[in-house]
Amino acid sequence: MSAFPNISTVQTQSVPSWRQQDAKPFVQIDQITKQFGQFTAVNSVSLDIYRNELFCLLGGSGSGKSTLLRMLAGFEEPTSGRILIDGVDMTGIPPWERPVNMMFQSYALFPHLSVEANVAFGLKREGVKSAEVKARVSDILDMVKLGHLAKRKPHMLSGGQRQRVALARSLVKRPKLLLLDEPLGALDKKLREETQFELMRLQEELGITFVVVTHDQEEAMTLATRIGVMNNGDIIQTAEPHEVYEYPKSRFVAEFIGNVNLFDGVVVEDERDSVSIQSPDLDAYLQVDHGISCAPNQEVSVAIRPEKIRISREPMDIEVNGATGVICDVAYMGSQSVFKVRLASGKYLRITQPNVSREMGSRLTWEDAVYLSWDADSCVVLVS
Amino acid sequence: MKQGSSTALKMMSGAGFVFLYAPIIALIVYSFNDSKLVTVWGGWSLKWYVELFSNEQIMSAAWASLKIAFISATLASVLGTLAGFVLSRMRKFVGKAMLSGWVTAPLVMPEVITGLSLLLLFVFLENVFGWPAGRGLLTVVIAHTTFCLAYVAVVVQSRLASLDETLEEAAMDLGAKPASLFFLITLPLISPAIIAGWLLAFTLSLDDLVIASFVSGPGNSTLPMVIFSKVRLGVTPEVNALATLMIVAVSMAVIAAIVIMHRQSRYNDKNNH
Ligand SMILES: Nc1ncnc2c1ncn2[C@@H]1O[C@H](COP(=O)(O)OP(=O)(O)OP(=O)(O)O)[C@@H](O)[C@H]1O
Ligand SMILES: [Mg+2]
Repeated sequence: MSAFPNISTVQTQSVPSWRQQDAKPFVQIDQITKQFGQFTAVNSVSLDIYRNELFCLLGGSGSGKSTLLRMLAGFEEPTSGRILIDGVDMTGIPPWERPVNMMFQSYALFPHLSVEANVAFGLKREGVKSAEVKARVSDILDMVKLGHLAKRKPHMLSGGQRQRVALARSLVKRPKLLLLDEPLGALDKKLREETQFELMRLQEELGITFVVVTHDQEEAMTLATRIGVMNNGDIIQTAEPHEVYEYPKSRFVAEFIGNVNLFDGVVVEDERDSVSIQSPDLDAYLQVDHGISCAPNQEVSVAIRPEKIRISREPMDIEVNGATGVICDVAYMGSQSVFKVRLASGKYLRITQPNVSREMGSRLTWEDAVYLSWDADSCVVLVS
Repeated sequence: MKQGSSTALKMMSGAGFVFLYAPIIALIVYSFNDSKLVTVWGGWSLKWYVELFSNEQIMSAAWASLKIAFISATLASVLGTLAGFVLSRMRKFVGKAMLSGWVTAPLVMPEVITGLSLLLLFVFLENVFGWPAGRGLLTVVIAHTTFCLAYVAVVVQSRLASLDETLEEAAMDLGAKPASLFFLITLPLISPAIIAGWLLAFTLSLDDLVIASFVSGPGNSTLPMVIFSKVRLGVTPEVNALATLMIVAVSMAVIAAIVIMHRQSRYNDKNNH
């Protein structure tokens, strides 16, 4: 830490608004529910989004992400609950009067209009003067590097180019809130990463609040100021990316985001600053640091991320938070290796190790008997 | 085996085509016949076409038919587009199913019945309101608009059903109110279907004999009515020439409609990556 005194100052320049107690949310979603017939697509969701956030809605297919976004844009009327944007109740306000623009998953470019006319469409509806329309359209097209294609029709563009037109079209009106439904779904990995950084740059430059829907957890981790994890129409955790990863609140979140090793067990000892948990999968007790409120004999799960487990052929202290096992699978992934280790109980653990050395000789390999251990503050107790 | 069946298939479809088109081809060929007798070949000539264009009765009937077809196709396109739009875009409302039944009923209704019922309606209206006074071009236009509307509505409705709804949502999202949404986005996107519907309506109106016979007044014969009455007195080569011209006009309209629809669907495929 002391060798790099600057690192921590970068992030602590200012406290983000969602961590401040009295900050005023920009978008307030208040107990919103959407039912299609008998089916509840969004179930009493409450959520505050702050100005200049890049908020990611993350969840599996059918979890209600698009429905929530469409209610923000005004395409779906909530069954109950209400939405406030910048303090204004949006109930009954039609899409064309909301200070919101949306970038569609399918881009929804108007096929009969040129790139230029597509981008200009929103400005003309606002009654902006034609000289200004021209200037703003050509500015934004230059920004997304499409100035030279302004006269083309959408069907003469590649997928990535169309996506940039859609982005330009939704940005040119300078909305207060920009909604993006899987904006990068149709792009290849490299273009995707480039565009992710592009989005973050734009968001900082233009000061627009973004709500991005994705089902790609890596994308959410890269982009988001905060992530809302959705499942079955509920938001089950809202937190900053590192928090969602390091301190998941439920089994679902732990398993949905990244890889995780889970132990089921019962609480045997509940002290003031640590909990001991016995799991049938482990000989040693699991000892977890942070005070989680639980009672003796309560059934809980303990989650440990694969990179937080030490693995070695040399004996380690495994009286608590440790185990022995045999390596039954190794995957070399370049920057790191992934080991699958079978414990005496038959349970498999996943462990990742950075490949610090280039030597293959000293590496752990198949059938090696190994010791495993982890720290008390690396585990998370999950009660749901 | 396979060879054999495909030859048989070719022969059968060939026979079918001959059956369908041989009379038409014969008619076209005989329209260039020099002889006065329809069944005797007397060498090539354009004289029946010259005769045709100097025949007052036929020319005025042709002009009336073209006017009727043009006006009723245009009216049917406007009303049919509105009907198709309501049928595919409006949320479920009471009577929606009934409305869609009503709009499409003329497609399956026997023409005699349509013609007769319209005639009765016009007579009733004249007796009660004094309008439309008598029967003539106006009543034919109304009658043709009514049944052509159904065709346009069906074509437009099917186009709207395949239209990507997110395009309309995107327009609303960008600030388009319902009116500008319709005129700037929806209408241009469905315009090929409307044009195809117009062409269809135009040919149907040009073609119609039965309904026109019921609702047109004396001295207001349409072209098909004149042909029909002439043919009853015996087929003259003049009628062959007239029929040939009509075939050319109608098939050009139909081909144009097909090409427009085809181009549109290709264009859509390209856009839905
Ligand atoms: N118009 C509708 N009528 C009935 N059910 C609907 C409608 N729209 C969405 N649903 C249902 O609501 C649920 C949530 O849909 P939604 O589109 O919000 O999912 P999603 O989280 O965006 O999923 P994906 O990642 O696949 O896009 C789904 O089960 C879907 O079937
Ligand atoms: Mg979706």
